[in-house]
Amino acid sequence: MAEEKKLFKVKIDNITVEVEPGTTILNAARLIGGDVVPPAMCYYSKLQGSGGKCRTCLVKVSKGSDADPRPMPKLVASCRTTVMDGMEVGNITSPEVLDARRGVVEFLLLNHPLDCPVCDQAGECDLQDLSYEHGVSATRYEFKRRTFDKIDIGDHIKLHMTRCILCYRCVFTADQLTNKREHGILGRGDASEISTYIQNSLDNDFIGNVIDVCPVGALTDRTARFKNRVWFLKPVDAHCSCDKCSGKAVLWMRGDEIFRVTARKDKYGEVEEFICDTCRFERKDPKDWTVEGPRKISRHSVISQGHYVGVHKPDETIAKVMDGRAPKLLLDIHSVSEVNMPAVDLSKIDGPAHSNDFPKNKSNGVQ
Amino acid sequence: MGRKLLLDKAHIEGIRYYDTYRKNGGYAAAEKALKSMSPDQVIEEVKKSGLRGRGGAGFPTGLKWSFLAKPEGVPRYLVCNADESEPGTFKDRYLMEFIPHLLIEGLLISSFALGAHSTYIYIRGEYAWIPDILEEAINDAKKNNWLGKNIQGTGYDLEIYVQRGAGAYICGEETALIESLEGKRGNPRIKPPFPAVKGLWQCPTVVNNVETLAAVVPIINIGGDEYAKYGTGKSTGTKLISACGNINKPGVYEIDMNISVEEFIYSDEYCGGIPNGKRLKACIPGGSSVPILPANLLLKTAKGEPRMMTYESLNDGGFATGSMMGSGGFIVLDEDQCVVRHTMSLARFYHHESCGQCSPCREGTGWMKKVLLNIENGKGKMTDIDLLWDIQRKIEGNTICPLGDAAAWPVAAAIRHFRDEFEWHVTHPEEAQIRNFGLAHYADPLPVVATAAAV
Ligand SMILES: Cc1cc2nc3c(=O)[nH]c(=O)nc-3n(C[C@H](O)[C@H](O)[C@H](O)COP(=O)(O)O)c2cc1C
Ligand code: SF4
Ligand code: SF4
Ligand code: FES
Repeated sequence: MAEEKKLFKVKIDNITVEVEPGTTILNAARLIGGDVVPPAMCYYSKLQGSGGKCRTCLVKVSKGSDADPRPMPKLVASCRTTVMDGMEVGNITSPEVLDARRGVVEFLLLNHPLDCPVCDQAGECDLQDLSYEHGVSATRYEFKRRTFDKIDIGDHIKLHMTRCILCYRCVFTADQLTNKREHGILGRGDASEISTYIQNSLDNDFIGNVIDVCPVGALTDRTARFKNRVWFLKPVDAHCSCDKCSGKAVLWMRGDEIFRVTARKDKYGEVEEFICDTCRFERKDPKDWTVEGPRKISRHSVISQGHYVGVHKPDETIAKVMDGRAPKLLLDIHSVSEVNMPAVDLSKIDGPAHSNDFPKNKSNGVQ
Repeated sequence: MGRKLLLDKAHIEGIRYYDTYRKNGGYAAAEKALKSMSPDQVIEEVKKSGLRGRGGAGFPTGLKWSFLAKPEGVPRYLVCNADESEPGTFKDRYLMEFIPHLLIEGLLISSFALGAHSTYIYIRGEYAWIPDILEEAINDAKKNNWLGKNIQGTGYDLEIYVQRGAGAYICGEETALIESLEGKRGNPRIKPPFPAVKGLWQCPTVVNNVETLAAVVPIINIGGDEYAKYGTGKSTGTKLISACGNINKPGVYEIDMNISVEEFIYSDEYCGGIPNGKRLKACIPGGSSVPILPANLLLKTAKGEPRMMTYESLNDGGFATGSMMGSGGFIVLDEDQCVVRHTMSLARFYHHESCGQCSPCREGTGWMKKVLLNIENGKGKMTDIDLLWDIQRKIEGNTICPLGDAAAWPVAAAIRHFRDEFEWHVTHPEEAQIRNFGLAHYADPLPVVATAAAV
């Protein structure tokens, strides 16, 4: 009979869970799920050596273990601290943790513009969620923030260094997934920046994954940026036969148009299997893919907006009470707006969409 | 006269060279250790001596050595931390420059005790001339078979390599040092694993300070018990103190850790008092990262007893009233010095030196610097003082490595003990602005000033 592994009992916010030795506090909390899971901006389960840097996942260990019940003197990074048998941890039940986390959010926002209204990561941004949950409405920082020009690092990736929170995820990704790493971190302290080596661009088969791991909008997909808001798109699981990767991806569609292709992510926003650049950037025709079905999106996510699965909508009654006549639209958006013209295939526009792409003559493009 | 163990022969002309060093009793301890002791016996002797690490944290050296993992077939490394970049600390430089063989001998004995066959001296880049002195000493030791293969016929092999750093304070932190030695960017590693388990090239490694390793020589010469008779129970042996600031005789002193702070500042044997008969205002007793102590707390402990130059006395009462022995960089401020300006200088240093890996240190150090610059230049608000307090509180204890704490503590201690001075700057903006300090350099990069200049 196989020997039974001894499991460690750990209590997180008064909920006990049994985990294998070697499990981190963060992953133990993820087994419990819900609010006791600390936020994580730099840890990424698929990337070796990640975590420990952003300090958003700090927790209080109020009891070290059954064998040594002393509390740990400082807050610890739950993503890099392994559990001990009998450990007791405070996350949302610890005022000290919540205070420190507010501090970390404040630090992260010092040099991160809240440009959610124009940022392509809006709706999928970990920092947006974090600041919503732990931030304060005003900043105490009165100094100039650092600014950078946006640059293209390769054909498909745009770097907005201004938004980078130096989580190192993209560095680990490039290091661990591609065979010729050309980017990393230059400079020190708050002068550090993500950069490619001089004049180099990122064009490895798997480099596009840096976009998926970036927790904020610092690395964006040049084939999709500024083309649509993520909550207007419908994510579907799809696959293709690919000789470089598993070909399992998510297509972000509007009607029959594929606006972007990403890897599939788990409920903590981490990629399940990294995909290659061909799937990500070049397969934008629905014929390239076999659609498996709608992607399940957490009900709380803004992405689920307007496309819950299995929702029973009340019957549309207007037509019934009006003898079968369709409701009269008082305002047809297409007659007054120069954007959102159904005849313009946003996803096919080269580069970001802006006003030039929408003909001034309103009859053009309006059905 | 204070008793000396490290610098007792420093006055001998030519002690830098092998022949003179050897003629004056050099390498006797190495001979004793290698020929008549086992590695465990050497470790035992170091444990008995009560030697505490001289790099800043003061962790017992013997105990640290006994933590070294010893897996079969895996090399072990000893690394000598000669990065010495803490403002106010310049004691290791003196030792390496004037008695390099003391360090080489200490390294030999320590490497033998730890079973290391390759040992590295990681030296700060700015000490541009010292690596040559060390290389020469290493070559001479090698010529005389104190290094290399089959040392003195004992069958023990050892090579010592000197590696220059590129000039980053953070590379003094032991894991950042290891990264840098491996040829990478000097970012601190997240612990655990500790270097004793996975250090240089993922092998068990001990990192020790220059002075710590040099102290192993007298320990073996006179025995651990005898060494422990120097100093006090928790602060055994002698300690090198680099003294600077407003004192008559700045320099490196070796003290028996059984003298009072008062004696150290005012006696002719050491600092020789404060120039121009000025009064003592404050002192940073252990290198720039340790909390500043105002004169009243510097000369007396919380209990009203004389404060001693020991680990336990300088730390009495924790951070509320006490400070730390740290690395022994003793910075004295007279009554004319401005604590706000001084704190600002330090904040500028820590901001400049943050590696940038973790958010509280990366963002917080710069924020503190900017707020301090405003206050110092008469542009601050009363709420800025509380803001500063809050920023340092959110950095302290929340970072990967102690640089975050090192940046936070000086600010916390300055506000705690000298809040009135911060308030004066805010309430007297014109007078503060006339002093006009740092304004000319407002644009980054700011030059780093280690100690405050006179007003
Ligand atoms: C930011 C930082 C800088 C440091 N710089 C030095 C240094 O220059 N020299 C040194 O010996 N220790 C330095 N230390 C302490 C080392 O990490 C380590 O504790 C020490 O080298 C251990 O040696 P010891 O046990 O002999 O004291 C530094 C620590 C930090 C956090
Ligand atoms: S670009 Fe994105 S993934 Fe890379 S370090 Fe910055 S925030 Fe992290
Ligand atoms: S505390 Fe500062 S120096 Fe240390 S790892 Fe964090 S950012 Fe780097
Ligand atoms: S997720 Fe743990 S420190 Fe960043």
